[in-house]
Amino acid sequence: MLQPSATYRNLITVSAWLIALLIFFPILWMFLAGFKTEIDAIASPPALLFAPTWENYIEVQSRANYLQSALNSIIISLGSTALALAIAAPAAYAFAFHPTKQTRNTLLWMLSTKMLPSVGVLVPVYLIFRDLGLLDTHIGLILINTLINLPILVWLLFSFFRDVPYEILEAGRIDGVSFVEELRHILIPLAMPGIASCALLSIILCWNEAFWSLNLTTSDAAPLTAFIASFSAPEGLFWAKLSAASTLAIAPILVIGWMSQRQLVQGLTFGAVK
Amino acid sequence: MKSILSVILFICLAGCADEKALTIATVNNSDMIIMQRLSPQFEAETGIELDWVVLEENTLRQRVTTDIATNGGQFDVVTIGAYETPIWGKQDWILPLDDLGEAYDYDDIFEPVKNSLSIDGTLYAVPFYAESSFTFYRTDLFEAANLDMPAAPTYEQIASFAATLHDPANNQYGICLRGKAGWGENMAYISTLVNTFGGRWFDMDWNPQLDSPEWAKAVNFYVDLLTNYGPPGASTNGHNENRALFASGNCAMWIDATAAAGYIFNPDDSKVAGKTGFTRAPVATEKNGSGWAWAWALAIPKSSKQSEAGKQFLQWATSKEYVTLVGESEGWTAVPPGTRKSTYARQTYQEAAPFASFTQDAILNADPANPTRDEVPYTGVQFVAIPEFQGIGTQVGQSIAAALAGQMTVEEALASAQEATRRTMAQAGYVK
Amino acid sequence: MLGIQKKNIHKRRTLPLVGPSVASLLLWMLVPLVMTLWFSFQRYQLLSPQNRGFIGWSNYSYLLSDPALWTALVNTLVLSGVVLIITVVLGLGLALLFAQDFPGNSVARILAISPFFVMPTVSALVWKNMLMHPVNGLFAFWSSLVGLPAIDWFGDWPMVSIILIVSWQWTPFALLVLMTALQSVDPQQKEAAYLDGAGTFAVFIHVVLPHIKRAIAMVVMIEMMFFLTIFAEIFVTTNGGPGLSTTNLAFLIYIRALLDFDIGVASAGGIIAIVLANIVAIFLIRTVAKSMDA
Repeated sequence: MLQPSATYRNLITVSAWLIALLIFFPILWMFLAGFKTEIDAIASPPALLFAPTWENYIEVQSRANYLQSALNSIIISLGSTALALAIAAPAAYAFAFHPTKQTRNTLLWMLSTKMLPSVGVLVPVYLIFRDLGLLDTHIGLILINTLINLPILVWLLFSFFRDVPYEILEAGRIDGVSFVEELRHILIPLAMPGIASCALLSIILCWNEAFWSLNLTTSDAAPLTAFIASFSAPEGLFWAKLSAASTLAIAPILVIGWMSQRQLVQGLTFGAVK
Repeated sequence: MKSILSVILFICLAGCADEKALTIATVNNSDMIIMQRLSPQFEAETGIELDWVVLEENTLRQRVTTDIATNGGQFDVVTIGAYETPIWGKQDWILPLDDLGEAYDYDDIFEPVKNSLSIDGTLYAVPFYAESSFTFYRTDLFEAANLDMPAAPTYEQIASFAATLHDPANNQYGICLRGKAGWGENMAYISTLVNTFGGRWFDMDWNPQLDSPEWAKAVNFYVDLLTNYGPPGASTNGHNENRALFASGNCAMWIDATAAAGYIFNPDDSKVAGKTGFTRAPVATEKNGSGWAWAWALAIPKSSKQSEAGKQFLQWATSKEYVTLVGESEGWTAVPPGTRKSTYARQTYQEAAPFASFTQDAILNADPANPTRDEVPYTGVQFVAIPEFQGIGTQVGQSIAAALAGQMTVEEALASAQEATRRTMAQAGYVK
Repeated sequence: MLGIQKKNIHKRRTLPLVGPSVASLLLWMLVPLVMTLWFSFQRYQLLSPQNRGFIGWSNYSYLLSDPALWTALVNTLVLSGVVLIITVVLGLGLALLFAQDFPGNSVARILAISPFFVMPTVSALVWKNMLMHPVNGLFAFWSSLVGLPAIDWFGDWPMVSIILIVSWQWTPFALLVLMTALQSVDPQQKEAAYLDGAGTFAVFIHVVLPHIKRAIAMVVMIEMMFFLTIFAEIFVTTNGGPGLSTTNLAFLIYIRALLDFDIGVASAGGIIAIVLANIVAIFLIRTVAKSMDA
C-alpha cells in the first residue's frame, strides 16, 4: 500500500465519479425537467434532446412571488440561527466547563424536547400565536425555528466545547486572564469552526422546515417551503413547473452548502482542535 | 453582527408590509390558477389589493380549517367544498351570502349545486365550479375494436370493454380509476360504486355498514376490475395521476370528475383531445348516487375584517361576466364548469366544449339528498357530511388501497375498515 | 459523549448562562404541553365545539386500543433503524472513497453531498413522479429497456421506496461528516501500522475506526432525531399506505388527529408520542453516549 498502482488509481477515480453522478442524478434530472415543456417532461422514453424553454420559470414567477419567499427564508433562517446561537452558546459553555450534577439530565431532557410531535400540538401553538399576534410574522417563525433547533445546537456546541483542551484554559487562568479575555482570546477563536458549522447546520434545517412554516404563515412571512407547497401535487401535468419551482426553492441553499461545505463539517468532526 | 442585520431587516419588512390587502386562500387547481391570473383586472376595477395563498388541496383544507375553527382571522376569502360548507355554516363560521344583489342572478345557478352549499335554503358559499362524475372513453379505440359505448352503460358492460381494450404491452390499459387512499380520492369513487351496488355508509342509527354484502360485492368488483385491466401502480393513482395517464393516451376508459373534461379537451395539454368521448357514470343496480356531486365554492369567514371587499370579490369571481372573461381570454373549454345555466345556454360554449351537455346532465342528476337505495341519516353522495368523515373516509380508503395492492383480501380490508369506523363513531359519541 | 469533565475550572454561577435555554425550552415544552394535557381529557372536536366536555381517559383508551398503534410503532422502528444502518454503512464506504485523492475530487464531493440540502418535500416529489412512477418514470423506462416489467414501487414495495428516498437524502450527511473525520486521521499513525506489517483491513479496524467512532456516534444521534419523526416523505408519496404499511407514529397521529380535527385525540396522541419518544431517546442516548465516551 506504499505506492498505489495506476490501475488502482483509475479504478478509484472512475468509481467515485460514477457514484457522485448517480447520487446527483435526481437533482440534475429535476433541473432539466424545469426547462422542458409539460408533455416532454413526462414523455416515455424520456426526452433527452429537447428545446429548452423558460416558460415554466415565467409561469412560476407569475403565480407566486419567488423573491419575497426567498427573502423570507433568508430572514427566518438567519434570524433564528442568530437567536438560537445566542441562547445555546452560553448554556453549552456552562455545561462543558462548569458541569453540575444536573448537567447530564438537563442535556438529555433538552434532546427529548426535539421529539415533540408537531401535529399533536398544532392547535395549542396556533392559539398561542393568535393571541400574541404572531401568526404570519417573521418573528413568530424565528421563535419556533429557534425552539426546534435549540436542543441540537446546545448539544453540538457542548460536544465541541468539551474538545477544547482543558490545559489551555487552565494555563490562561494561571496567567490571570479575566473571564472576558478568556472568552475573547482563547475560547472563541478555538470554538469558531464549531460555532460556524452549527450555524450552517441550523440555517439548512430552518430553510427546509416545512410543517410550521406552512401552518403559521399566510403570505407576508411565507418562506420557500410554503412557496413550493403551492406547486406540489397539482392537478394535471405540472411536473415541469414543479421542477422549475423546486429548482428555485433549493438553489440558494444548495449554493450556500456548496460554498461552505468545509466550514459545515469542521465543527461536526472531532479532533480538529489539537 | 448577523443578528443586528436580521433585526433591522425584520423591522423593515414588518413595518413595510402593506396592511389592507385582501387575503384569499385557494386550491391549486387549474380553474383557480386562471382566477389568480385574471385577478389584476379585479384589482384595477376596484382598487382592492389581493394577496394569494395557493395550496394543494389537503394542505389548504388543513390550513384553513385550523384558522377558521380557532378564529385566527388570517383569511378574508376561503375556497371550501360542498363537504365543509354545511358543517361550517352550522357553526356560524362563515357568513350567509344571500345579499349579493339582483345583478348576481341567483336563479341562474343550478339548483342541486345551490342546495349542496345551503343550509335551510340560505347560501353560505357561492359556487366557483361544480362537478359530477362521468365516463371518459377513447372513441378511436372503441371504433378500432368495433365497440359501442351506450348512453347509459352498466358496470357489466364497462368490465367487458376494459377486457377487450386492455393491452399492457403497449402501455394501454383497459380502465383507469382512483386508487390512492383518501376520503376525497379513492373513497369518492368507491362511495358512488357502493351506492349503485345498493350499499350505504351508515344505517339510520349511525351503525357502519361496511360489513354488508353490498360493500363486499362493490369492492370485489372494483379490485378485480383494476387488478385485471388497470394500470400498474393503481393503488397510488389519484385524480391527478389518472388525469395525466388518460391525457397521455394510456387509458381506454376513465370514470372521474366532469371538471377534468376541459383539460382533456385542450390539445396543448392532452394527446387525446380529439379522440375522447363522454357518457354517463355506469350503473350496477341502483341509479341513485352513481355519479358524485361536488362543488368548489368561495366563502367569507366570520373572522374577516373586510367582509364587504370580500363580497365584491366573490361577486366578481362567480359572475356571468367572469365566465365571459375566461372564455374570451383563456378559451371556452377553460371556463369554470357546472355552476350557471347561462354558461350552458351559450352557443359558443356548446360548440367549443362538446362535453357540455354531458356535464350538465350529470350535475342535474346527482342528488346529495337521496344518494342511496335505503334511507340514510346523512346527506352527500360520495361523502357523509359529518366532521368525522375525513378521518373515517381516509382510514377506509387505506384499507381498500391495501386490498388493491394485494396486501390483504377484500374481506379482511372491509372487516378492519368496519371496526375502525365503528371505533371512531363510538369515540365521537354517535353510537354506544 | 455526555461524560462530564471532572474539574470545575472557575467556580462560576452557571444559572445566567444556562438559564435562557432552559427557560425557553421549558416554556416551549410546558405551555403547549399543559394545554395539550388539558385537551387530552376532553371531548374536543374542532368542528363541533358545542359538544365539548370532560371525558376522562377515553381519548387515551381509544388510541391505546387501536390495533394500528403497534403497526405504526414497528414501522417507526423499522424505518429509522434500516435507514440508520444504510446511511452509516454507505456513508462510511463513500467517505473512504471520496477521501482519496483523485482528479476532480472536490467537484465530485460537492455533487455527492447535494441531496442533503434538498427540502424533503421536493426530493419526495422528484422521486415519486419522475423516477419511480410505474408508467412515466425513468426507472420504468430503464427496466423496459432490458425487457423487465415496471416495478410498482409504492404499491408493491412501499417501505423500501420510503427507505430509498430517505437514505438518498441522509447518506450525504453521513458521508460529509465521516469524510472530514477520516481526513483528520493521523497519517503517521497509519504509516507506522503499515510498517508493523498490518494489512489495510487491520489498519482500518485498529487505527481508523477508533478515531472516527465519535463522529459515527454523532451521525447516529442527529439522524435518529429526524428519522423517528419522518413525515413529509410519507405524506407526499404513500400517504401511509397501502393499508398501514408505511404509517409511522408521526403519520398515525396525523391521520387520527388532524384529518379528524379531533383535538382531544390529537392531544392524547401527542402525550403518548412524547412518552414513547422519551423512552426511545433515553435508551438510545444512553447506549450511544456510552460508546462515545469509551
